[in-house]
Parts: sequence; structure tokens; C-alpha cells
Amino acid sequence: MKILVCITNVPDTTAKISLSDDQKSINKAGLPHIIGPYDDYALARGVELRDQSGGTLTVLHVGLADAEPQIRKALAIGADDAIRINMEPIDSYSTAEQIAAIAKEGQYDLILMGRESLDYNSGVVHGLVGEMLDIPSYSPVMKLEINGSTASITREIEGGKELLTCDLPLVLGCQEPIAEWKIPNMRGIMTARSKPLTVVEPTDAKSHTEPTGFSLPAPKGACKMISSDDVASLVNLLQTEAKVL
Amino acid sequence: MSILVFIETENKAIKKNAQEAIAYAKAVANAQGGEVTALVMGDIDPSEAEKAGNFGASRVLHAADSKLEHDNSMAYASILAEVIQQESSELIILAKSGLADAVAARAAAKLKAGIVSGVTALPSFDGDGLTVQRSIFTGKAFSDTRITSKIKILVVNKNTIEVTPTTDTAVVETFSPTLNDKDFKATVQDTEKATGDILLTDADIIVSGGRGMKGPEHWQPLLELASALGAATGCSKPVSDLDWRPHHEHIGQTGIKVAPNLYIACGISGAIQHLAGVNGSKCIVVINKDPEAPFFKAADYGIVGDVFEILPKLTEAIKNR
Ligand SMILES: Cc1cc2nc3c(=O)[nH]c(=O)nc-3n(C[C@H](O)[C@H](O)[C@H](O)COP(=O)(O)OP(=O)(O)OC[C@H]3O[C@@H](n4cnc5c(N)ncnc54)[C@H](O)[C@@H]3O)c2cc1C
Repeated sequence: MKILVCITNVPDTTAKISLSDDQKSINKAGLPHIIGPYDDYALARGVELRDQSGGTLTVLHVGLADAEPQIRKALAIGADDAIRINMEPIDSYSTAEQIAAIAKEGQYDLILMGRESLDYNSGVVHGLVGEMLDIPSYSPVMKLEINGSTASITREIEGGKELLTCDLPLVLGCQEPIAEWKIPNMRGIMTARSKPLTVVEPTDAKSHTEPTGFSLPAPKGACKMISSDDVASLVNLLQTEAKVL
Repeated sequence: MSILVFIETENKAIKKNAQEAIAYAKAVANAQGGEVTALVMGDIDPSEAEKAGNFGASRVLHAADSKLEHDNSMAYASILAEVIQQESSELIILAKSGLADAVAARAAAKLKAGIVSGVTALPSFDGDGLTVQRSIFTGKAFSDTRITSKIKILVVNKNTIEVTPTTDTAVVETFSPTLNDKDFKATVQDTEKATGDILLTDADIIVSGGRGMKGPEHWQPLLELASALGAATGCSKPVSDLDWRPHHEHIGQTGIKVAPNLYIACGISGAIQHLAGVNGSKCIVVINKDPEAPFFKAADYGIVGDVFEILPKLTEAIKNR
């Protein structure tokens, strides 16, 4: 089985977001970056499936060279090789086109990624890639087993879950508890240095959207403290002041 | 401008978030001129479908087929694309959900349409383009995004627009979709759905519990408050990781993002990843025994104290209101 795992390079979940003076960009300098937490689940399950059934696992990143520590980490966790498409991923559509082009060329059986990236939170890349490849896509996937050429998938639906089976090839957006996040061990880190990382230039994909400016949410006012002996006054405030009851 | 809204259903009626999507489309139509058509799939009572008019749709296309009993983003996207072409729709509106994102994405790829998900305001138009604000970094920032494609798809976050229903009704027409076998490759083996519960993403009020609730056997006071308020219940990530509560209640940056009118957090510390999932709430109440808990900084009202003392008192006060 040939597995492709797509990873994003996003600011750490604890990062404070700030803007450039002209509000035209996000200040990236000094922000610690990580593999997108959802992508990390996809990677972890991908490694387990590769170990069970043999085959190869390629990790794919659409982005610039500053993501290479994260790509090396994915190799240390267990990917066999890596591809980086040298393009700033600002639009879901054009990012998906790059992924679809690599996926088509490599004839992958299983394309895994996170349910959404933690920067733009769109959650649309798996659907776009699935359609571009004309194969089914499912998200968010919480459990995945492969038997021969058939996948058993448990996906979250609103207020519950659904179990379905579908033949490969597939594109899946993953979330917990599909697998536990993996931490690279020393041997992994050593071997990752010599695993192949191929950098390719983007195919001329057309983006349909572009960010024109950024803003931050208005700061929150002070919290009104209420004595634990006077819970009734909270109810009163929620009715008359906040008007939410 | 021809505006099409994809609406989801719940219990054979229009889902609450879809009402907002229709109201959003109507607000654009009012500003730009044009009519709003709604597209609904699967099982809905005709008397319920008609109610799309309450929120601003003039027509409802109902794509009915027994094959559409399960949510199927592949089939829905094909039907959506077919309708967009038939109606020459230029602007497509969906209410944000896992299903909506998947349907919107696949339809976008079929039609080479620009797609923006996580929209938080009405758009502005310039020539062929449209610019709209969207939430990024799980609500920690916003981006103005311009779409330049001919067909434009917007997936809109909850609480973006106020809904004021009228008594107008929409004309319901049956649409017979062309179904392709390739959209039905999967077999649904089993569906587990909590029935009777209020969906988190639809809820106006959410009562949520963290590790401070001490264990699944202590949830009763929280459930009682929720039931007194008609609220949905949520939890922090460790709580669902520990299986104290079902996974679909997990709220936060790596869970469900919610935007209720009122969010009541019980024994949740307020880690940045949890806050990212609730920062769209209109009003936040925090109950925590630690006065230094970070959640108080993000709250509108706070009570320092033991949840197990405060929850029953609060439930009592709600019942007496
Ligand atoms: C990549 C990543 C993603 C994450 N995503 C999420 C996410 O999506 N959602 C999420 O929730 N977390 C997420 N987390 C975890 C997050 O960092 C916190 O660990 C988590 O939110 C803490 O949960 P908690 O508040 O329930 O527990 P704790 O932090 O243990 O807090 C318990 C609170 O309960 C209070 N308390 C205890 N007893 C009582 C009592 N009797 N009465 C009143 N108060 C009491 C304590 O004072 C404390 O503030 C993520 C972490 C990482 C690294």
C-alpha cells in the first residue's frame, strides 16, 4: 500500500497572534511552529498502517523551506520519504491542486491529512483533493482499519458517529482518537537526516482567493465576579444585563 | 444576483444553522438585488421546507431520492453543482459544519469556484470580486479575503447574522437529481446518534465541564443545570480523552468550535486551546474554585467556588426565575 500524508506547518497552539504594522500580514517571526495537530494524528495512523501492512509512507508539505524542521520530524516519526512543494499555501484551492497533482503521479492508495489546518481552519482541502482525483473523501475520521483494499472508517457526524466501509483509493481528514501522537525516538531522528526530501516547484495552479488584510478580535472587557453565596444575582444579570436568558 | 443556499435538515425540519445561512443570503440579496433559492436534500416535511421563506428564501428546491438517506458529501456536491449550473447561481452560501465544508469543497472543485470557509461578516462587492471577513487561527484573528472566481462559495460561521423570522413561505419545487454510481461507493454499516440531545453546534446555551468535575459519575448536577436551561452539554479535551464524556462533546481548538449566546464553564481551567473553541460565544460564565484560573480573563461573569456547591444552587435559581 502506498500512503501519502499531507502535513501543515502552523504556529504552536499556545501562540499569541500579532499583526504587522500595516495589518497586511501575520507576524510569523519568532512564532514556534509545529506539524498541524490533526495532521500529526494522520501521520501517526499512517505509520501504524504502513508498519502493519508494508508498503511506503510519503509525507507531503506544500510550503516554504522554513517548514523543513517539521518535515524532518515527520521523517523521524516514521515517514519513508518527503516531498515539499515550494509554494506559499495561502489558498485552499491551489494547495489542493498541488496535492492532487502529486497524488495522481504517485498513484497513492490512501491520502491522509488532518481534518483542518490550525491556521486557516477551512477544513476543505480533503474534499477538494478528493474531487480533483475523482475519489471519495471522508472527514473527520476517528478510526481507520484497512483490510486488503477496503477501508473501515468511523467518522464523526453531528451528535454521534457513523461506521462505513469503502474501497481504496480514498482521501481522509483525520482527528483523534485515530491514533496517539508519536514522538520521534533517537534512532528515528538519526535516520531522518538521510531520508530523501525532494523539493518540487509548483504546477501553475490558479488561486481564486487572496487575503487582503488582517485584524484581531476586540479585547474582552473585565470579568464581573459574583459571590458564591449570591448565585441568584448571576441569573438576574444574565437576564437583564447580558440578555442571554 | 442569483444566490443559492445549501440547507441541512434535522428531524425532517430546517436545521437552525441553515436558518442563519438563508438569512445571510437574504441580507446579501437585499443589498445587491436578487432572489434567494434554497436547496435541501433528503427527508424533509414539505410544510417544514416551506418555512425557508420565514428566513428569506423565495424558492426551495427539494432533491428527494431514497438513496439520499445518509449524509453523503459526494452525492450532495454533485447535486449542488448540477443546481448551480441550472440556476446560473453566482453566490453559494452554506452554514459551517463538517458536512457543509465537504460538500462545498467538492462542488468548488467541480466548478472551479473560489471557496472561503469560516466567514464571520457580510461581504462587500467590487466589480467582479467580493471581499469577506473570515475567522482564522480558531478565532484568534480575522482575515479579509477576496474571491475572484465567477462562482463564489461562502461557508458561514454561526452567529454571523441576526435571524428575524417572518411569516413568509417559500414555494417548494421537487428537483430530480442525476445520481452517479461513483458517488455511492461507500456502504454505511452503522450509525450512532444521540437522539433527543441538543446539538452543540446548534445550541444557544452550552454547559460544559472540565477535569474539575472529578469523574463521569459526578456529571449529574451539570446535566440538571443543562436541562433546566434547555442547554447542550460539552466538555474539555482531557474529559473526552478520559472517556468521561463522549467524544462529540469535546470543545476547543482541536474539537468542536461553538458560538452559543451563553457558555457556562464548570471546572475548566481555560487553556488557550479550549478558549479558541469558545471565543465566538456572546457571553461566558466561569465557575472555578481557583481565583487564578485563566478562564476568568476570558469570561464575562465569574464565580469562585466549588462546582458541586454552586451547580445545584444555580439550577435552583434558574428554575425560580
Ligand atoms: C495541541 C493541543 C491541542 C489541544 N486542544 C484542546 C481542545 O481542543 N480543547 C481543550 O479543552 N483542550 C485542548 N488541549 C488541552 C489543554 O491544553 C488543557 O490541557 C485542557 O483544556 C485542560 O482541561 P481542563 O480545564 O478540563 O482541566 P485542568 O486544566 O486540569 O483544569 C481543571 C480546572 O478545574 C478546577 N477545579 C478543580 N476542582 C474544582 C471544583 N471542585 N470546583 C470548581 N473548579 C474546580 C481547577 O481549578 C482547574 O482550573 C490541547 C492541548 C494541546 C497540546
